[in-house]
Amino acid sequence: MFFNEEFETLPRPALEAVQLKRLQATLELVSANVPFYQNILGKAGVKSGDVKQLADLQRLPFTSKQDMRDSYPYGLFAAPMEEIVRIHASSGTTGKPTVVGYTARDIDVWAELMARSFVSAGAHKGDIIHNAYGYGLFTGGLGAHYGAERLGASVIPMSGGNTKKQIMIMQDFGSTVLTCTPSYSLFMAEAAHEEGVDFRDLKLRVGIFGAEPWSESMRTEIEEKLNLAAIDIYGLSEIMGPGVAIECIEGKKGLHIWEDHFIPEIINPDTGQRLGEGERGELVITTITKQGIPLIRYRTRDITSITYEPCICGRTHARIARMSGRSDDMLIIRGVNVFPSQIESILVGIEGVEPHYVLIIDRLDNLDTLEVQVEVDEQLFSDEVKVLQALSHRIEKEIKDMLGVTCRVKLVEPKTIQRSEGKAKRVIDNRKL
Amino acid sequence: MKVEQISIFIENKSGRLAEITRILGESGINIRALSLADTTDFGILRLIVNDVEKAKSVLKEKGFTVNKTEVVAVEVPDRPGGLSTILQTLDAEQINVEYMYAFVERCGGNAVIIFRFDETDKAIAALKNNKFNVLEGERLYTM
Repeated sequence: MFFNEEFETLPRPALEAVQLKRLQATLELVSANVPFYQNILGKAGVKSGDVKQLADLQRLPFTSKQDMRDSYPYGLFAAPMEEIVRIHASSGTTGKPTVVGYTARDIDVWAELMARSFVSAGAHKGDIIHNAYGYGLFTGGLGAHYGAERLGASVIPMSGGNTKKQIMIMQDFGSTVLTCTPSYSLFMAEAAHEEGVDFRDLKLRVGIFGAEPWSESMRTEIEEKLNLAAIDIYGLSEIMGPGVAIECIEGKKGLHIWEDHFIPEIINPDTGQRLGEGERGELVITTITKQGIPLIRYRTRDITSITYEPCICGRTHARIARMSGRSDDMLIIRGVNVFPSQIESILVGIEGVEPHYVLIIDRLDNLDTLEVQVEVDEQLFSDEVKVLQALSHRIEKEIKDMLGVTCRVKLVEPKTIQRSEGKAKRVIDNRKL
Repeated sequence: MKVEQISIFIENKSGRLAEITRILGESGINIRALSLADTTDFGILRLIVNDVEKAKSVLKEKGFTVNKTEVVAVEVPDRPGGLSTILQTLDAEQINVEYMYAFVERCGGNAVIIFRFDETDKAIAALKNNKFNVLEGERLYTM
C-alpha cells in the first residue's frame, strides 16, 4: 500500500532527475535569501549554478547544529516571516534552542510525508490514531497529527503523560494505531498490566515509535507486550520533524528516507569524506523542497548506514539502518535531546563555580532515569541539612525548567567522580537497549 | 562566648564514619561532642573537638569537605524543666534554633546543649540576660 504511489515507487533515474532539479532550485533559493549560505558557498568557491549533477553535492560545505545556534533564532530562514506559518524548536547544545520555521507549503509537504509514513507502517484511512507524542515546541505531536489527518484517519491528540487516561482512552475509543516513544510504549504496557488491562483485548494493530534510539530486542518485547507490529520512524526538527524516514511493515528492514524531498549521504564524521553503500557513518541530509529553512548537507550526528537495494514493499527510496549511536555527546532521555554541556551551564549558573558532576542515565521499568551527581565542595557545603536539600531541589528544578527532563540530584563527596587523564568522565549511560 | 564546631559532609555509604574517627584518632584529636544529621543520600557530621584547626586540616587532606561554624554551648540547669526554660527564653526573643544536640559534662555532671542559631549574637545576649550559663569555647575544648 502506498499513499503517493507515483513518487514512492519512482524508478531510480527519474527519482534522481527530480532530486537534481530540486537541489538546484534549493541552492538558488538559499543563495538569494540566506546570508549564511552566500558566505559559506562563496568561501567554498561554489556558485548555485555549478551543481550540474548529483555528485556535485559533495563539493558543497556542511551545515552544523552550531551554525543553527549562531543564526539564532531566524538567521537561516529563507522565507520572509510573513510566509512562516509555524515555528518549532528543539534543544540546542547550551541554553538556546534550535529554531525552525515552516511555510504553508512546508507544512503541506510534512503532512504528506507523515501520511506516507503512516501507510508504510500499515495504517490506513479509518484507523483511529492514538498520538501520544508531545504537542508543543517539539515536532512529534503536531507532525504526526497533521499526517494522520492528511491520511484521513481519526486522530486522538493525546500528547504525553497521564498514563492511566491514555490506557482508558485506548480501551474506550478503540485506538488502532499508537504513536509514541518506544520506551513510553513499554511503560504503558506495565501500567496497563497493573490496572488489569490486557493489550490483547485492545484494538491496537500498529505502533509507530521514534524520537529515541531503540533496538531489535526492544521491538520483540514491545510487539509481544503490546500485541502490535512495532515500526521504527526517524526524524529531526532541523530537517522537518517525524516522517523523514520510516520502515515499511512488509520489510521492517531499514527505514525508507523520502528521497524526493531529502538527499541522504553517509560520511566519515572525522574526515567529512563520503562513505559507500553499507558503510557505517554519520547521516548527512540536504533538504530539497523546504522553503522556511532549507539546509544544505546538514550533519545529523546520527550514526547509520544506507542501502539502495530494492525493497520487497516496492518503494524505490533508499533505506537507512536503525540509528546505532551519535557522533557527538547528545543524549536522548525520554525522547528529549540533552547535551551534557546544557547541564553544566545550569550548574555553573547556580553557584558561580564549576562543580564536578557526572550524569548517570539508566532505564528502570522501561523509563529513562537521569541522576545528576554533584560533588559537594566547601562553597556548596553547609552544616544545615535544609540548605543542602534546597540546593538539590534547586538544581532539579532548573534542569526541569530548562530542559524539560526530570532528574534526581545526588550530592556526593569530593573526588568520588572518576577522573581520567585529568578530564572527568561526565556521562555514564547504563541503559541496555 | 562562641564555640567552633566543624561539620563534615558524608555520603551514605559504609565505613565513612569509621574512616573519619580513625583519621582524627591517629592525629591525636579528641572528640568532645558530636551529632549526625542524616538524609537518604547524605549525612552531616558535626563535631566539637579539642583542636579545631588541626582536625579541619587532617580531614581536608584526606579529601573530606569540612566547614567551620560557630555554635553556642549552654549549661542546662539541673532541675526538671531546665531545658524548657532555655527554649522558652529563646522563643520569647524570637530566636530560631537551626539544630541542637546535648552531652553531659565530665566533671560537673551537668548537661550541656550545643545550639546552632540563625542569629548567634542575639541569642547569646538573650541567654546571658536571663542568667543562663553560656560556656566559653576554651572550656569545652579542654574539658
